[in-house]
Amino acid sequence: MAHSEQEILAGLAEIVSEETGLPTDSVLPEKSFTDDLDIDSLSMMTIVTLAEEKFDVRIPDDEVKNLTTVGDAVSFIASAQS
Amino acid sequence: MSHLTDVVVTGLGATTPLGGDVRSTWDAALAGESGARLFNPEWVEKFGLPLTFAATIKVAPSEVLTTPELKRMDVSAQYAVIAAREAWADAGSPEVDHDRLGAVVSSGIGGIQTILDAWDTMTTKGARRVLPMTVPMLMPNSPTAYVSLEFSARAGAHALVSACASGAEAIGYAADMIRSGRADIVIAGGTEAAIHPMPIAAFAASRTLSLRNDDPAGASRPYDVDRDGFVLGEGAGVVVLESAEHAAARGARVYAKISGVGLSADGYHITSPEPSGDGQIRAMRAALAESGVAPRDVVHVNAHATSTVVGDLIEARSIRGLLGDDADHVALSATKSMTGHLLGGAGALETIFTVLAVNEHQAPPTINVDNPDPELVLDLVRDKPRALPDGDIAAVNNSFGFGGHNVALVVTSA
Repeated sequence: MAHSEQEILAGLAEIVSEETGLPTDSVLPEKSFTDDLDIDSLSMMTIVTLAEEKFDVRIPDDEVKNLTTVGDAVSFIASAQS
Repeated sequence: MSHLTDVVVTGLGATTPLGGDVRSTWDAALAGESGARLFNPEWVEKFGLPLTFAATIKVAPSEVLTTPELKRMDVSAQYAVIAAREAWADAGSPEVDHDRLGAVVSSGIGGIQTILDAWDTMTTKGARRVLPMTVPMLMPNSPTAYVSLEFSARAGAHALVSACASGAEAIGYAADMIRSGRADIVIAGGTEAAIHPMPIAAFAASRTLSLRNDDPAGASRPYDVDRDGFVLGEGAGVVVLESAEHAAARGARVYAKISGVGLSADGYHITSPEPSGDGQIRAMRAALAESGVAPRDVVHVNAHATSTVVGDLIEARSIRGLLGDDADHVALSATKSMTGHLLGGAGALETIFTVLAVNEHQAPPTINVDNPDPELVLDLVRDKPRALPDGDIAAVNNSFGFGGHNVALVVTSA
């Protein structure tokens, strides 16, 4: 079953929060993973792995570098679902 | 040159089956409490384990660490960091030259829960679900690396592995780092988190665990005639060691000195201690020689004594063999009767007990010794703590490990 972008944002915020300790409401679409949320590459790959499972999608490694912001990731996951 | 830099203990930290810190652990030990309790009964039903209990951690890491910390560290590293934070705060959270601060925190087994969880994930969900943090979590140097990261310990971060002697060997190595001039201050200790059905099955297969399922609290009974193996424990002990000069310069409170470190190997058998105790004696003799303590001045020994049929007596005979008649005035304590066997954490926790025994002039008790083994040739402190002599005193902490590793540390009054 496809998730709405809102559901994806909420689910992603939960994953990011557990990985970083940041509150879920700070994980907003315009936030940059590296610059705003201070997420290193190892944490980013953890988030990707957990998001793949949660949303039942595949996020190829060479796609990850294009996911600069939380919004980029939400959009990618939404499109990858269908 | 005969003078060695004095190495002093200025901070203590622990999380154990008896308590979430040093004070609660020590108080419980003095009160003769057991940390053994039933583990998850589903493990027994699902896997057919022959035993139902272990000395599990008293305060779960989830009560003191953040979610990201819990997710990024194996449980063995979590225990180490919890203990290290306490030890560092206990030492006064000193301002130090971080290039002169070391970390030596060992584990006997490493991140085995991470390994097993990752394998479960792989077999049920496939390779792509194995998390990227798996390698930094499973590596046996992970606890010392996290301690090094947390305190910016940059003089060196080491993880000596010698099974159940690991924690004591780490403290010995830390003392050597200070004596050799590589560091002024070192955070050192040992940790273990191996209470999981697979290691339990493996230890049970080697017939080393007690199967006293009807009485978990009475299962660890070193030197009792009815002992039938050790009780698996978990947790960590960490100390802050400093050169005496460094400690004095900052006006630090000093608990005791680590005056001598003795190391040897049996070169005999992968699990059984060498029956004559020669290796154990050589380790104790070397530690005493380095400390300058005469055998007659040793008033207390914290024995390795795990509650196995063979091992306990070999150690008792080794102590008698080394000290001769001077062993008559040694108050022998086997604290695994209360804590269970913390494997890589054991030598560190028992060093803390030995430091406190010297500092407070009281030897902790040994519980569950209803009928002392008639072959025990030493004076065992049973049931209640015993006062140790006034004035400057010396004690020995023994730790031995599968593989024939022998470590003896001499602890003396500051």
